[in-house]
Amino acid sequence: MNSLIEITFTINGEKMVRKVKPSLLLINLIRDELKLKGTKPGCLEGECGACTVLVDGIAINSCMYLAVNVEGKSITTIEGLGTLEKPLNKVQEKMLEHGAVQCGFCTSGIVLSIKSFSDKCKAQGKVPTRNEVKKSLEGHLCRCTGYVKIINAAEAVYK
Amino acid sequence: MAKELSIISKSTQKFDGKERVTGKAIYGHDIELPNMLHGMILRTKYPCANIISIDTSAAKALEGVACVITADDADVNMIGYKRDHPILKSKTVNCIRDEIAAVAATTKDIARKALSLIKVEYDVKKGIFNPFDALKENAPKINLAGKGLEQFANKNIAESFHYEHGELDVQKAKSKVIISKRYTLPRVAHSCLGTSNITADYSKLNGCLTLWASTQVPFLYQRDIAHALKMEPSKIRIIQPTIGGAFGSKLDMLPFEPICALLSIKTGKPVQILYNREEEFIASPTRQTMVIDLTTGADETSRFTFREVKITMDNGAYTSWGATTPFVMMQTFSSLYQVPACSFQADAVYTNNPFAGSFRGYGNPQATFSVERNINLMAKELGIGNDEIRLLNANYKGEITGQRLHYKTCGAKPALEKVIKESHYKVKEKKKNQGRYKTGIGLASMLHVGGGAKIYRSDGCGTRLKLDHYGYLTIFTGSSEIGQGSETILAMIAAEELGIPFEKIKVINTDTDVKPWDVGVHASRTSFVSGNSLLGAIKLIKEKLNKQVSKLLCVEAGDFSYKNGLIITGDKEIKIDKIVRDMHFGLPNELCVAEYFYEPPSDFQDKQFRGNVSGNYAFASQAIEVEVDTYTGNVKVLDVYVSQDVGRVLNPLGLQGQIEGGVVMGIGYALTEEMIFENGNLINPSFHGYKLLTSTDIPNIHFYPIETFDEAGPYGSKGVGEAPLIPTAPAIANAVANAIGVEFCSLPLTPEKVLKAIKEKTII
Repeated sequence: MNSLIEITFTINGEKMVRKVKPSLLLINLIRDELKLKGTKPGCLEGECGACTVLVDGIAINSCMYLAVNVEGKSITTIEGLGTLEKPLNKVQEKMLEHGAVQCGFCTSGIVLSIKSFSDKCKAQGKVPTRNEVKKSLEGHLCRCTGYVKIINAAEAVYK
Repeated sequence: MAKELSIISKSTQKFDGKERVTGKAIYGHDIELPNMLHGMILRTKYPCANIISIDTSAAKALEGVACVITADDADVNMIGYKRDHPILKSKTVNCIRDEIAAVAATTKDIARKALSLIKVEYDVKKGIFNPFDALKENAPKINLAGKGLEQFANKNIAESFHYEHGELDVQKAKSKVIISKRYTLPRVAHSCLGTSNITADYSKLNGCLTLWASTQVPFLYQRDIAHALKMEPSKIRIIQPTIGGAFGSKLDMLPFEPICALLSIKTGKPVQILYNREEEFIASPTRQTMVIDLTTGADETSRFTFREVKITMDNGAYTSWGATTPFVMMQTFSSLYQVPACSFQADAVYTNNPFAGSFRGYGNPQATFSVERNINLMAKELGIGNDEIRLLNANYKGEITGQRLHYKTCGAKPALEKVIKESHYKVKEKKKNQGRYKTGIGLASMLHVGGGAKIYRSDGCGTRLKLDHYGYLTIFTGSSEIGQGSETILAMIAAEELGIPFEKIKVINTDTDVKPWDVGVHASRTSFVSGNSLLGAIKLIKEKLNKQVSKLLCVEAGDFSYKNGLIITGDKEIKIDKIVRDMHFGLPNELCVAEYFYEPPSDFQDKQFRGNVSGNYAFASQAIEVEVDTYTGNVKVLDVYVSQDVGRVLNPLGLQGQIEGGVVMGIGYALTEEMIFENGNLINPSFHGYKLLTSTDIPNIHFYPIETFDEAGPYGSKGVGEAPLIPTAPAIANAVANAIGVEFCSLPLTPEKVLKAIKEKTII
């Protein structure tokens, strides 16, 4: 199998070297090879956002991203947000407080998107408007909540 | 009115939320068992054809393929509500979903490759994709197992319902206004974010089959799987992993489920089938598309006189629970508002389209759309306000309807009054607007069962309680959590009644080998039945605890209070865990357990479909304000005012989530969602082509619960889950009519459709 390509990357703070097929999607590296099942397969066509992870802090659809492209980069999945001391980060706490979780299948991706947008806003020293918050969540489909509580949770994170 | 409560009616975070928000919850997609094979299904290329031959030899020869099955390899029974559905098709295919063969292989890639190696020769036939064509004399019989001629008027009728009350002719003669309209409702998809999935593990050692299945009705499902596979139900264990959305889609057992079990039985290994999104669109249930011919009347005082309705449902090629949605629809036609006479006929007609299933609302969004549109049309003719005609005819407390539904409590009028007031309906309705953007406001109401629906032999739910030596309570409930928040409600009830903190409560609800019987999640019944069942079990366990306390503390058994893990009587208190230890290790040497089965006090309906079928009834109204862009035809929903008779609010946070989720699903039904079929083929099987709303489409949703404290429900509550989406689409269509003067009789109101209507009206 000389067609495998060696990649070096960091995932949830842990450095890794893997040999992967050039066609391997990042979602499959994460779920099938690394067994991090919190990243969810919703559509595998870049429409629903359930498989969102952070690559160097930017939220991307892992179903539309080749695994070989994480070479030298840092990935954060939902499993990488909490710590032993603090198992829930602020985004997760706000999602629960605001009732933004029902079936939960879209939740991992949404949490990571909010985290990414919140970090970006913090770096720029700005508090986004409600419309900007809505816009930041546009790439996620949720069939249970009607989005209102997710938008509320996200707003609470930025405050 | 009710006793002081400390937990019930207070916003409570989702009991099982932490697992879901951290990615730790295990959905069916996440299950991996040792030696597990991957199953895939070969579906037909054509919606209507004879199968000449199936050649699986090349697929079988492929390295890594463990098993290939076709109908010839399967000794199985037909499935579905009418048992008219073979799980693998051998001679004919009848819709684009049809399963011809299945493979199990060591990897997904090999399974996919194996499917491509199966050769099927077809003799393609012209299909029938319209129920009215299927009803024609010269139409061929579509489903050969159908019993249309034996049971009904036509060979292609799969199921038929007739209901009537009152004197139709007398009421017609009394009518000053009579409106007849044909309404056409689209086929829409549940679009659960988690696609359909199953993992099957058959043990040749004991003949037991374990299924990790995301069903919402585990005990009916166990029975259905057993029937399909000719097995004993109790040899089948259903484990429900975390479910990624259901909304009714997981009420029917579908062919892929027994097929996966068969693959495991044939290979002796665990097998998993996961749908991809395209397969989910093509091969999972939908809401019924139907044509509703509705005639309604009102007299000179604007009182409703009669409703006469004929519904033609596109049943698709096979019959699912979806064919029984007329049970619910007839309630709306007979009993939403006061209706002196009603005649209802609904036929589910076989076609070569995919079959629909059950979907949140169960026919009621379609029925309510037609009723509420016709009310506006009658009001216009009568020269009465859309609000006034509804208030005048609203249901009332104590009413026993023509269908014998008994409204012991009824928030219909208060809900209407609330949304009329809060939305400033009267002012906004009269607002004239010029220019490109025109705003409008619309009203609609709904009626739905709120205390289960007695359509099976039992509408009950069992609960077992185990209080351990350390003061931890385990609730074994028959009910299922599908994201709607039922675990949270149960934990709240237990914490309220037994004074046990949340962190010491566990809910076990996913395993048919362990949990007691329940019909399943449907009819907005879960909090109602499982809550009442839990309250029954708590009463029994309290009797045991109280007896032990009175013995230990030498006090009269009486009304002890339970707080913070303590049982308190007068100035004495004792830890609940100490009582359990005393009961177990001392006399009477008993475990601290209790079990209770709750059966709602509802009635079976008679052969004429009359009877008080639910423990109570939910009522709701919505007033919705829209803005129509007359240049593009785009309809934007601005504000939604929702008022719903929920009996009593149990968990405000969870309730609001149900309301908002339902309303947004209803807006999608009204404006954007439609599965588009061409000659039986779905042409938009993806989220690119099937438009769900996103966060930027969301209006302001204002919610006003009405509390009527119905004695049948736990703490006076009623079911809430389905109601919020039911009146949304008609309220939007009424609002669009108010904005631009066009009366729509079909959904969705896409920009193309709205623009065309505006132009044609201008021309006329």
